[in-house]
Amino acid sequence: MNAPRPYPRRVFLRRAGLSALAVSGGTSFLASCASGGSDSDDDVSGGGEEQTSENPFGVDAADPLHVVIFNGGYGDQYAKFHEGIYQEKFADAQIEHEAITDIRQQMQPLFNAGNPPDVLDNAGAEQMPISTLADTGQLTDLTDLWDADAIGFEGMTVRDTLHPIAIESAEYAEKPLVMNYALQVYGIWYDRALFDEQGWEPAETWPDFMNLCETIKSAGIAPMAHQGKYPYYIQQVLMDMAVKHGGHEVVFAIDSLEPDAWQHDSIRAAAEALLEIKNGGYMLEGTEGLDHIQSQTRWNEGKAAFIPSGSWLENEQASVAPAGFQTTAAPTPLLDGATLPFDCTRVEAAEAFIVPAQAANQVGGLEYLRIMLSMEGAREFTELTSAPTVVNGAADGVDASPGLASSLALIESGGDDNWNYYYTIWYSPLRPKIETVVGELAAGRISADEFCDRCQEAADETAEDPTTQQRTRP
Amino acid sequence: MQYGKYRFIVGFLVAPLVLYAVFVISPFIQTVYYSFTNWTGVSPEFEYVGLANFELLWKDDLFREAFFNNIVLLVGLPVFTVLLALLFAFLLNVGGTGAGVRGIAGNGFYKVAFFLPQVLAVPVIAVIWAVIFSPESEGLANSFLGWLGLGPYDWLASPDMALYCVLWVLVWGSVGFYLVLFNAAMSSVPRDIFEAAFIDGASRLSTFVRVTMPLLWDTIQTSWVYLAILALDAYALVFVMTIGPGGPDNSTQVMALRIAQEGFQNGKAGYASAMGVVLFFLTLIIAAVLLRVTRRERIEY
Repeated sequence: MNAPRPYPRRVFLRRAGLSALAVSGGTSFLASCASGGSDSDDDVSGGGEEQTSENPFGVDAADPLHVVIFNGGYGDQYAKFHEGIYQEKFADAQIEHEAITDIRQQMQPLFNAGNPPDVLDNAGAEQMPISTLADTGQLTDLTDLWDADAIGFEGMTVRDTLHPIAIESAEYAEKPLVMNYALQVYGIWYDRALFDEQGWEPAETWPDFMNLCETIKSAGIAPMAHQGKYPYYIQQVLMDMAVKHGGHEVVFAIDSLEPDAWQHDSIRAAAEALLEIKNGGYMLEGTEGLDHIQSQTRWNEGKAAFIPSGSWLENEQASVAPAGFQTTAAPTPLLDGATLPFDCTRVEAAEAFIVPAQAANQVGGLEYLRIMLSMEGAREFTELTSAPTVVNGAADGVDASPGLASSLALIESGGDDNWNYYYTIWYSPLRPKIETVVGELAAGRISADEFCDRCQEAADETAEDPTTQQRTRP
Repeated sequence: MQYGKYRFIVGFLVAPLVLYAVFVISPFIQTVYYSFTNWTGVSPEFEYVGLANFELLWKDDLFREAFFNNIVLLVGLPVFTVLLALLFAFLLNVGGTGAGVRGIAGNGFYKVAFFLPQVLAVPVIAVIWAVIFSPESEGLANSFLGWLGLGPYDWLASPDMALYCVLWVLVWGSVGFYLVLFNAAMSSVPRDIFEAAFIDGASRLSTFVRVTMPLLWDTIQTSWVYLAILALDAYALVFVMTIGPGGPDNSTQVMALRIAQEGFQNGKAGYASAMGVVLFFLTLIIAAVLLRVTRRERIEY
């Protein structure tokens, strides 16, 4: 009998990309045999022209440039603009532009075979594990780029123009390896129009926040929704409240996998606060089972007042939000005894642009990144995508939507108090484990103590795993 | 006709065998090879680490949890699917009222309706059911139960129910196919056997248990193995439908999901390969055991 199975195994393999893994593995095996030692990190490929202040890396216009862009929320229009500038500068250069969404499936074989693109935007759900790429020497050192003259900024190096969180997020083993381009601002988002109409104001302290929740609830609106299917979102609220309570040390300890990092009083206080929201009946009914599309749509429909997310939210919901809806970010409220001010928040440098170490035209890749980070290049990105970049001041004077304006205001007001965590990127096995526990907490199924214990257990497991590349902050 | 016979056979076999070797056999062999390395999946360089991956796997609590979830599916999926499919096929064939042995009215329509999930892609099924199982009181399942005065339930958002929701969707998606399969097998059983049973005064139930099941045993046995293999996978459904995915609280973790997470998100392709090897042998053993314990004497008709 030869009946097809309902979900044939081979379809599963194809879907999971396991065959890609296996096939790419085959080439990697050959490549590793054929090449022996790979290119030394110090030699930079491509270029060879004279290094001038206009052309600091000595790009040779005869070298082609291969750019791969993640075609997600930000689209690829901005990349065409950057490529246009590169083309103007190096008229003879052949630029290959590729905009894809399945980064890993398409790029993994190229990395394994040793012929990756010159610039890769490693982002989206199918991104490659960036810390693994960094640890295995697959990324070009960006120190020369950081030290090069910034385009459109008189007398400044690229390093001088970057947001500190961009510099911090680039570092792996004390070398800048990743250029995170977009600055993402996290907060709890609300509709300014609705709040104006009702006379509500985001609360600064915890008691005020609880009162506000009660007021909102009695108006027949759920005070808070979250994207329960992906606990990553509500985790932002928890972490932000904890860090603002205990200071940056709280997150430094977590990122450094220190023993008892998750047992910190600030973490416990934030966990208790989250439970208070849940147990007070302030969460949208059933929000634990909703994905981001469903929950954010409920929020746009006015069924919930606040929702945790990042600065991409306005763009993401543009087609759903009713006319007059003003997407606005608020910082999380301060718990009693908080050490950081109210108007700071988690700010992440994301959208990781890399120049692979094995790229054929590394200097071209570096120059392309320099163009992206130019005043003109960064500004165009913000205008096209309504998202801030890591380039300081590049968004000044851009016609800002409510969402972008509130994000920029938080970047400004938070200043050096703004913070970020890295354990989800540095220790990828830990990320889902913590998210699982956060999900349990947000659903009110475990206590704050259990939350701390279970997170600590997961962190300890990661620290003890011999394959973990441990990193420390600050 | 002897002349060139082997050349003829070989000529036909070469292409499929080469394809099979390249796309099926060689990935299996490579996976075994990588399971002894620390390959990250994104770098051409890796080292041989012996059995280290398998030692880690032995102590991996999450993988064990995933294994036991697969076992729940392994038991539940074939039992419910085969029983329901058999029952429906029997009703469609001999469940009709009136003189003689006939199927119920609208038999063709039912077959199409039951078969429908089969033509839907798994992610589509997953999305549909994720919406039906919405934990809001306006969700489809909850509205229906609310109408009966029950619920609302958390469905996929509840660690106690989520795995059974997955099991239900797997059963729902499989019954139609096996119904058609059993239906075809039943139609090849001569009608006079059923008629003889009825004339002898056998009830519908005893006809089903004593006549239909034994006559279809070969087909049931094969279905059982296929469903067992499906239960050991369940990746696509879990990945799209569940919270996390694999949650809440890892209650819907399955081995295939662990493979994907370790191999792709965590950059541990070597470790994921070791999981793949374990899953491969588990599947093989379970299939072999099932075929052996369900072996019966063939009934000729």
